[in-house]
Amino acid sequence: MIDFKLPSLGADMDEGTLLTWHVKPGDAVKRGQVVAVVDTSKAAVDVEIWQDGVVTELLVQAGEKVPVGTVLARLLAPGEVAAPAGAQPPAAGPIAAPATVPQPATPQVQEAPQTTMTARHPVSPAARKRAKALGLDPDTLRGSGPQGAVTLADIEAAAAARVTPAPPAGAPDRQKDMRKAIAAAMSRSKREIPHYYLSDTIPMATALAWLQQRNEGVAITERMLPAVLLLHAVAVALRRAPQLNGFYRDGAFQPSAAVHAGVAISLRGGGLVAPAIHDVGAKPLVQLMHELADLVRRARAGSLRSSEMSDPTLTVTNLGDQSVETVFGVIYPPQVALVGFGRLDVRPWVQDGKVCALPLLTATLAADHRASDGHQGALFLAELRELLQQPQTLADTIAPAANQEGSNP
Amino acid sequence: MTNDRPALAATVLGILRSIAPEVEPDALDPTRPLRHQVDLDSMDWLNFLVALHERLGVNIPEADYAQLVTLDNVLDYLLAKLGPASA
Repeated sequence: MIDFKLPSLGADMDEGTLLTWHVKPGDAVKRGQVVAVVDTSKAAVDVEIWQDGVVTELLVQAGEKVPVGTVLARLLAPGEVAAPAGAQPPAAGPIAAPATVPQPATPQVQEAPQTTMTARHPVSPAARKRAKALGLDPDTLRGSGPQGAVTLADIEAAAAARVTPAPPAGAPDRQKDMRKAIAAAMSRSKREIPHYYLSDTIPMATALAWLQQRNEGVAITERMLPAVLLLHAVAVALRRAPQLNGFYRDGAFQPSAAVHAGVAISLRGGGLVAPAIHDVGAKPLVQLMHELADLVRRARAGSLRSSEMSDPTLTVTNLGDQSVETVFGVIYPPQVALVGFGRLDVRPWVQDGKVCALPLLTATLAADHRASDGHQGALFLAELRELLQQPQTLADTIAPAANQEGSNP
Repeated sequence: MTNDRPALAATVLGILRSIAPEVEPDALDPTRPLRHQVDLDSMDWLNFLVALHERLGVNIPEADYAQLVTLDNVLDYLLAKLGPASA
């Protein structure tokens, strides 16, 4: 028996609304298949399943809002026959389940333990009493107190929000929800993560000349953006600084062999998402460009997949496009680093004892001191700079995918 | 293929709105930098050029990006590339 649970689709999600089932009892499903659409505060996400099986039961109906980790459906594993009622093994912890089923080759997402976010928030007795008087369920509220505790103020705020007329379904509501979700994740980041920040200036003349030459020889639809070269360079440089790639969970850093780069994508009308491109550094640049274009398009159309939302191992943000010179990043928990690129423009630079005008790029790193020190961060930025001086070599540096060590335990 | 200016402007604005649906064509100043007004990042910009290429058959090399600052620049550039008006 397989329990298909609502995966965490990012640290800023603790519940989701099931919008649509794409399967019904009796259907056979394949690993990687999209079986449901779930609405988070940010987007409607296509949720994939990571085991083969046959659906026996749908436990949550369309329209229901449930916490992360809720069993959405039950399935029979291949070869398994339906057990008589009551014969099921005792409920296993969320981490025990994968051991009983074949290990998928791709990272599992549906069992991601999100200890901080899935735990019910504590509710102060005063808050609980007040909630009862107001007819609210305090366990459904997001708390602002220590450890996410629901306080009296949260109850009052919820009651106040309830009396204001509900906004029409759609954009305004989504905007507000997304802002709250971002606020929750970023507050957690600033509260829990001891950030340190490093910055370096990278001469980009060689890399841009290489890109321009390459782009001249191909159709416009195959044109490559500097962002792709930068993304690839980050993945390759991370090999020198594995302490920057992975998750900080349960009091320890868990490195990831694969680089699943969360790409910060701003949404028109406000807000942002940072879905992952999987196995960056293990793909040819042309493929990376196509995947990036596809990801940006789908992010803005609100059609992302659960595997993209749940497992980025670090985030890359390219705010230079919006013309800032330097990015000071806020790490997206449980990740431990964020790489920021500023505006690419021509500035003065000293080379061979002479001042010259060169295209320069400010690369910054915000990293988690619980997982690494400034020394490792500096090595990473130095490596990044070196790699970008030899773009052809960089483009040819494609590592085998590190799938067997899935990033999401 | 149309290459009179008002029709071309309508085509270009249509493409722009497919990338940035919130754009109000009337609120655009054709003499001010386009990417800044419409908030087009480099991916949006590339998609814009790809769409222009698909609709008008005009290939815009990267080296020409610097000529395409304002909406007027874009229209001038396209008209020049499309050749003298045949309509």
